[in-house]
Amino acid sequence: MLEIRWHSRAGQGAVTGAKGLGDVVANTGKEVQAFAFYGSAKRGAAMTAYNRIDDKPIINHEKYMAPDYVLVIDPALVLSADITAHEKENTKYIVTTHMDKKELIKLVPKLEGKEVYTVDCMTISMETIGRAIPNTPMLGALMKVSGMFELDYFKNAMLKVLAKFPQKIIDANMSAITRAYDEVK
Amino acid sequence: MAEKLKLQEVEVWDGNMAFAQAMRQAQIDVVAAYPITPSTPTVHGYAKFLADGYIDGEFVLVESEHAAMSGCVGAAAAGGRVATATSSQGFALMIEVLYQASGMRLPIVLGLVNRALASPLNVNGDHSDMYLGRDAGWIMIDAFNAQESYDLMLMGFKIAEDLNVRLPVMVNQDGFITSHTAQNVKPLQDEVAYKFIGDYKEVNPLLDFGKPVTYGAQTEEDWHFEFKARQHKALMDSKDTIENVFKEFESLTKRKYNLVESYLMEDAQVAIVALGSTVESAVQAAKNLRESEGIKAGVVATRAIRPFPLKEVARALKDVKAIATLDRSAPGGTLGMIYNEISGAMYQSDNRPIINNYIYGLGGRDMTQKDIKEIFRDIKRNADSGKLVTPLQQFSGLRGPKLSFFN
Repeated sequence: MLEIRWHSRAGQGAVTGAKGLGDVVANTGKEVQAFAFYGSAKRGAAMTAYNRIDDKPIINHEKYMAPDYVLVIDPALVLSADITAHEKENTKYIVTTHMDKKELIKLVPKLEGKEVYTVDCMTISMETIGRAIPNTPMLGALMKVSGMFELDYFKNAMLKVLAKFPQKIIDANMSAITRAYDEVK
Repeated sequence: MAEKLKLQEVEVWDGNMAFAQAMRQAQIDVVAAYPITPSTPTVHGYAKFLADGYIDGEFVLVESEHAAMSGCVGAAAAGGRVATATSSQGFALMIEVLYQASGMRLPIVLGLVNRALASPLNVNGDHSDMYLGRDAGWIMIDAFNAQESYDLMLMGFKIAEDLNVRLPVMVNQDGFITSHTAQNVKPLQDEVAYKFIGDYKEVNPLLDFGKPVTYGAQTEEDWHFEFKARQHKALMDSKDTIENVFKEFESLTKRKYNLVESYLMEDAQVAIVALGSTVESAVQAAKNLRESEGIKAGVVATRAIRPFPLKEVARALKDVKAIATLDRSAPGGTLGMIYNEISGAMYQSDNRPIINNYIYGLGGRDMTQKDIKEIFRDIKRNADSGKLVTPLQQFSGLRGPKLSFFN
């Protein structure tokens, strides 16, 4: 069982990202779960979304999760959200930030000694998609860090998930995924 | 003609999408609805399918849930396939009309996405609304995940419209935990799904002017009792149809449903009886406890809540020494419904296990693996002691001092 927690603000696409990842993973024959805590459901409010991935049907419906990966897609949430909640010894963190790892850890000392990766999903999504929707670039970074799928396979699978959008948006998302894949450190 | 949707062998759907897709495939004549969280995406999804040309039918956005169910009653009496969806306060507002629908023997299907009732206001999942409707004369079936929500919604039409039944059917799923959690769902293709349900069969349609009929007549002490007794008999007899529909569905999909579902019960000494997504979470906890602590734990659930499968549930629990009954609804000054019904069932059987009651998960409070394991350990102590050594009623997952009652 692989478990992923997303930290996001409502409107940044964490639920879409979690469901998109679920779609891609289900196509490979695995079982998936994607859900979110909506809280007060106000745009901009801090929220969390979740993925479970397993080879067997997932029958555990508890919201509690000790994640293998924590994905932070809003840069300010490292300061205000409890991103290390229920962490395991080997929990990996992928954080959206313009800072490098050293600067980030100086600002957020609780990340000291953890496996932390940084990628600027905000800038990437602004420069490719033209809006601050950092979910698809984060998926690109996750593919690189986790080695879950090859980049080309993943992008191809995401085409299906994004099929309802105009070609321009699809192309922009593809660029965003590739850039985050290449730029995550 | 409605357009067909080509579905993948495995879709990733949440419970609401599962409801909406099954409703689309059923090609309903009239949906009258007033959307409410967390069932809104069921209604929204259905309306979108209709607007996009995938459904031939009427969608009536009404001014309240009372009007929604009233619209369903009118359309069903007129002679059409009818459904709607709601939750919580909306369901509460429908209550008066629910009794009308069942009394008039109208085969309406209601997707009930379970949510807490105010006050305090809460949009999350518990079974308060489900429990509120349990005397309304409807067939009530319960889905524990998104796949089952899809399957049971399809089967709901076939059960309700069966000429031996002609009663409304309520299909329950957990708000958010099921309704907003995307999981793998294996749908049927449109033709296969529709063929399984079949064409709607009219019985005494109001729009048949050649044969005028009355719906909702007044009966006082002369006939009311006979009407209600006959209605109760129809509900009791619907068990056969439900089982037949489950069998037919199994032969089509290899997915097996039963009036009472049993998990890990072959050698179980202790069992949890619950409803909703907690059933599956409890199976996970039971599996883990069997491996880690050697507790012979099992899980039983009434797939059919009404008609209540009294004998079948007693049979499923015939060898256990202790049972925990888990109710996700504030019991309002007594023991939980599941406690009372399971105790009633076991009193009529040869096995007299020790039964206690847990109130849990109100307003969406997380039911964790840790909580469920504690309950199994509790009832293991009851089983080992051969008597009740835990309180009769406890609250699981509650903050603050431990509460227990009927001590």
